Amino acid sequence: MSYAKPVPVPDADTRPFWDGCRQGKLLLQRCDACSRFRFPPGETCPDCGSDRASWVESSGRGSVFSWIVVTHPVPRDIYAADVPYVVALVDLAEGVRMATNIIGCQPGSIVAAMPVEVVFDRVSESVVLPKFRPAKRGAD
Amino acid sequence: MWKLRDKYAIAGIGCTAYTSKSNRTVVSLAVEACRNAVADAGLAMAEVDGIVSFNFGDSVPSIAVATGLGLPAARYAVEFSSGGNAANLIIQTAAAAIEAGLAKNVLCFRAMNGRSGFRLGGGRDLNSRGITQFTAPFGWITYPQAMAMWCRRHMIEYGTTSEQLGTVAVTCRRNASLNERAMMRQEITLADHQASRMIVEPFHLLDICLESDGACAVLVTSADVAKDLRHRPVYIMGAAYGGGPNQGDDLFDAIRWPDHAHNYSKYIADDLWRSAGVAPRDVDVAEIYDCFTYSVIMQLEGFGFCKEGEGGEYVQNGRIDRDGDLPINTHGGLLSEAYIHGLNHVVEAVEQLRGHSGARQVADAEIALTTAGAMTCGSALVLRR
Repeated sequence: MSYAKPVPVPDADTRPFWDGCRQGKLLLQRCDACSRFRFPPGETCPDCGSDRASWVESSGRGSVFSWIVVTHPVPRDIYAADVPYVVALVDLAEGVRMATNIIGCQPGSIVAAMPVEVVFDRVSESVVLPKFRPAKRGAD
Repeated sequence: MWKLRDKYAIAGIGCTAYTSKSNRTVVSLAVEACRNAVADAGLAMAEVDGIVSFNFGDSVPSIAVATGLGLPAARYAVEFSSGGNAANLIIQTAAAAIEAGLAKNVLCFRAMNGRSGFRLGGGRDLNSRGITQFTAPFGWITYPQAMAMWCRRHMIEYGTTSEQLGTVAVTCRRNASLNERAMMRQEITLADHQASRMIVEPFHLLDICLESDGACAVLVTSADVAKDLRHRPVYIMGAAYGGGPNQGDDLFDAIRWPDHAHNYSKYIADDLWRSAGVAPRDVDVAEIYDCFTYSVIMQLEGFGFCKEGEGGEYVQNGRIDRDGDLPINTHGGLLSEAYIHGLNHVVEAVEQLRGHSGARQVADAEIALTTAGAMTCGSALVLRR
């Protein structure tokens, strides 16, 4: 059965990120000039304006900043079998925040600042999504 | 001091019926609301030479409405690609356009078939390009889902409760019960709010605004012109628009926003009160953007009606009732009157300041606040009679 949910359409700024996911690596851009990490990816550093950056593998560890539990599926036909599911904003150890799903636990067990770690979900032949699960070890 | 303070006024208001199925085109709705606003002002249609609107790809261009109205010369016909955050911005912009000599009498409208046509709440383009590639693939798609994330953060930081959110919903509905224009007039209780089905935690159904077909419009002109028109002018005392740093790539996106327990309002509050030369304590009635219950609480804090973190407590014990310290959303708001994306808040504020709100009139209302926006950017006006 084909995958009916939205899939990322990589662009010139984001292709390395999604390629990294396919290889099981969570890659983040780090500015060569000011050393700050940034996400989502972009051509220049919002902090210092430099266009020189390197892709660096993230620790994949972070904590839950905020989360929601989707109980009413939209679009219904695509998400009916998934509810309830959790979408969260996760603060990575590198200092950036990303949207993701929390999997591998009951939605009711999630609390703010809960330590989580990345897990790669191969949802189709060509798409791997970085999701998070409760950390097996303590947070950094 | 804002150099436009009290120099411009809202001289006319108009709207259509608010329904869930108009069976009409959006341009027809817009033309009706605009005609009503011009007639309400008592101005000749030929005198209107500007028209401003905002939309989300769900409406019609301003020139289409100018054409439908038969305007002989639309010198300033523009629209903003924006959500409800622009509802007050278009009025601020109308005043600025007149000041700059671009036009003399400017209509501001919002029109949509928001329920029977393009449903803003129904989800976004599933083709995840741009910033959407980092949200939609995780099933983070609708506006209720976007804003529940902010609400949760307020609960985490300040202990805000679902019952406090519910108080906003109950208050808006009680006001709507006195408003013949309102789509939802049957009163609800806090227990009804708590029992309504969960859509996306922490939002119950009754935390989420309506979807509506309809249009409304206001006519902005100079104080000089307004004083000779049909109604007592409602003056634009102050205005502000904007947000903080990292407003994101689109209205949904707030991934880089620093702190989701606070929204745009804290960033524009100083500009707003300074522009108007008044303070929160001077406001007699506040029409606060209520796409979701939590947004009222967050804006009460941001605009300085209470301290940060105290908005949940503030809305309790009758303080926001029609006869309370700060009557809010006297028409029922987006939660219970209609979702005309915040411009209906301005229509209500004008009626209140004219003393034309009938059973829902706030006694001696002289100064009103209208706000628009819930996340990283928004706009607000201070109006006076």
